[in-house]
Amino acid sequence: MTNANKAMSMADLLRPDNFNFDMVQILDAEGKVVNPELMPDLSDEELVQMMEDMVWERTLHERSTALNRQGRLGFYAPTFGQEASQIGSISALTKEDFILPGYRDVPQLIKHGLPLHKAFLWSRGHVEGNNYPEDLNALPPQIIIGAQYVQTIGVALGMKMRKKQTVAVTWTGDGGSSQGDFYEGINFTGAYKAPAIFFIQNNGWAISTPRDLQTAAPTLAQKAVAAGIPGIVVDGMDILAVYAITKAAREYAVAGNGPVLIETLCYRFGPHTLSGDDPKRYQPEGVQDEWRAKDPLIRFRKYLESKNLWSQEKEDQVIERTKEEIKEAIKMADTTPKQKISDFLKNMYETPDFVTQEQISKFEAKENK
Amino acid sequence: MAQKTMIEAITEALAIELRNDKETLIFGEDVGLNGGVFRATQGLQAEFGEDRVFNTPLAESGIGGMAIGLALQGFRPIPEIQFFGFVFEVFDSVAAQAARTRYRMGGSRNLPITFRAPFGGGVHTPELHADNLEGLIAQNPGIKVVIPSGPYDAKGLLLSSIRDNDPVFFLEHMKLYRSFREEVPEKEYTIPLGKANIVKEGTDVSIITYGAMVREALKAAETLAKEGISVEILDLRTVQPLDIEAIVATTEKTGRVVMVQEAQRQGGVGAKVMAEITERAVLSLEAPIGLVAAPDTVFPFGQAEHDWLPNAHDIEEKVREIHAF
Repeated sequence: MTNANKAMSMADLLRPDNFNFDMVQILDAEGKVVNPELMPDLSDEELVQMMEDMVWERTLHERSTALNRQGRLGFYAPTFGQEASQIGSISALTKEDFILPGYRDVPQLIKHGLPLHKAFLWSRGHVEGNNYPEDLNALPPQIIIGAQYVQTIGVALGMKMRKKQTVAVTWTGDGGSSQGDFYEGINFTGAYKAPAIFFIQNNGWAISTPRDLQTAAPTLAQKAVAAGIPGIVVDGMDILAVYAITKAAREYAVAGNGPVLIETLCYRFGPHTLSGDDPKRYQPEGVQDEWRAKDPLIRFRKYLESKNLWSQEKEDQVIERTKEEIKEAIKMADTTPKQKISDFLKNMYETPDFVTQEQISKFEAKENK
Repeated sequence: MAQKTMIEAITEALAIELRNDKETLIFGEDVGLNGGVFRATQGLQAEFGEDRVFNTPLAESGIGGMAIGLALQGFRPIPEIQFFGFVFEVFDSVAAQAARTRYRMGGSRNLPITFRAPFGGGVHTPELHADNLEGLIAQNPGIKVVIPSGPYDAKGLLLSSIRDNDPVFFLEHMKLYRSFREEVPEKEYTIPLGKANIVKEGTDVSIITYGAMVREALKAAETLAKEGISVEILDLRTVQPLDIEAIVATTEKTGRVVMVQEAQRQGGVGAKVMAEITERAVLSLEAPIGLVAAPDTVFPFGQAEHDWLPNAHDIEEKVREIHAF
């Protein structure tokens, strides 16, 4: 990890010719404010909300892992450790902003308005999980790494053409920054000066491949230079820093300056997915412990406690509330009607062609037996 | 009515739709001020402005992703892929993303995108410009593939493609761009997608084909008529979805079918048409279904195109064989 950047102002960080990629931090691992200049303007309620959301995400992670082990959830990519990176970024957006998440970015989707039971249905592999309300400005989690980056081009350009005061926001991982679509996404959006924020959540590992094997570039944020847009490295375990940078990037983009690339340095305390990956096979011993000390919840908890805004009791309440919410959502997922192949066929085209219609009739006959 | 080339008919359709629907957008490599490498978008930027017709950076994948994003913002994108051989660069956006969106989002979103791309042999293009890759797109559920065989069809089919609320891949054969003129009405008209067209009625053998091979089939039919063989020619016009009713009807009418495509034998949509006929109309067949297709090699070096591409003589030979079976 590079040295914390204390010297630069937000305006300087957001210059396309800023070639300083030191890590920006506001809260250190002890919960001390180390960069008051960049401190975002947040009310006590907003600060508490962010902590509640991080605790919610961690509880969701713990329950999702357990539910997956019980066979009550399917595909699940752990988020444990990335709470500051994910909640910090989504908290700085508005509901009118459009988000294009990767497969690990389900928490942002839920915070953006995706009902929790739909997130669970997505995990299980049920179409209802992706049947989005009209006012949910988002796409389902993207499985093809990098595709969300090129799709962001069009969403952002569309917003610019419609003169909306909004941004398109997308996330990928450190491995994803090696994809062609990663570069095309930031480059097109830069060329069109379209309002977008591109996140690289650098958690050090793309399954078993360490970040150093992705590129010889010392930071991933500096890849922004290739597109001529600002790139910023931020402490992804520090929610205040992620929030502050995202908020500033949003203002910069909405003002017509074009996109920003943000690299959040974070860590996943756990496997790549729950589909059989075991980090013990490839991660050196001790790395986990090193990162545990940087846990985003620990430092933000300390910070809020120092302001008398947080207590164990409060935290327990959030955990209990979240567990209840999860229970309800799982129940809703359980009672969602089984999928029908005839419905799949009906969702292929606005008007089914002859052969599709034949198949609809055939499956409907079977399903109605 | 005026005599127009296919490229003129395409430009006209694009202009009509830019005028009709303010959500339509045309973009791609050099489609703006330059008017496209084949002049398909000639004059459109001047008439409709840089916000409606504009150039992109040189990256097909970015173009495809951009089309998807713009469609999600309520636009009706008409991106151009400069040559169809470059589709491999944008295959994810076309097949894994655009084609699947209505399905994967349970019908809650749709992407009304019309991808345009020139393709086809006979004009001595460099490598990977002319390849017949329609079979690759056609096998992905969720996207339609349209291939006009001349100016009149091109205009009506392109208008329908743009207005379709699902993604369409509209393939324009380079040899057909300017090789002949045809009556094309000035006014707007549409030709339904998924509907084939009998371009010549006949009684002895049906030729089912599409694209540039329609002209070759017409040539062959003239020769064959002199030999007393009456050929019916069905131009598929849309190769996905297929017009099953028309395919079955012509099969039942003549009892003998020759499928003709420019693509390699292992590519195209010929095998699929043949399979549909065997499942649906085998008892009407008096002979096996013939297939005229290119050899199963990579698309030929320019100088070998003449020997490689299927032509009227190949069609005549196959029709005689099937007729005499």
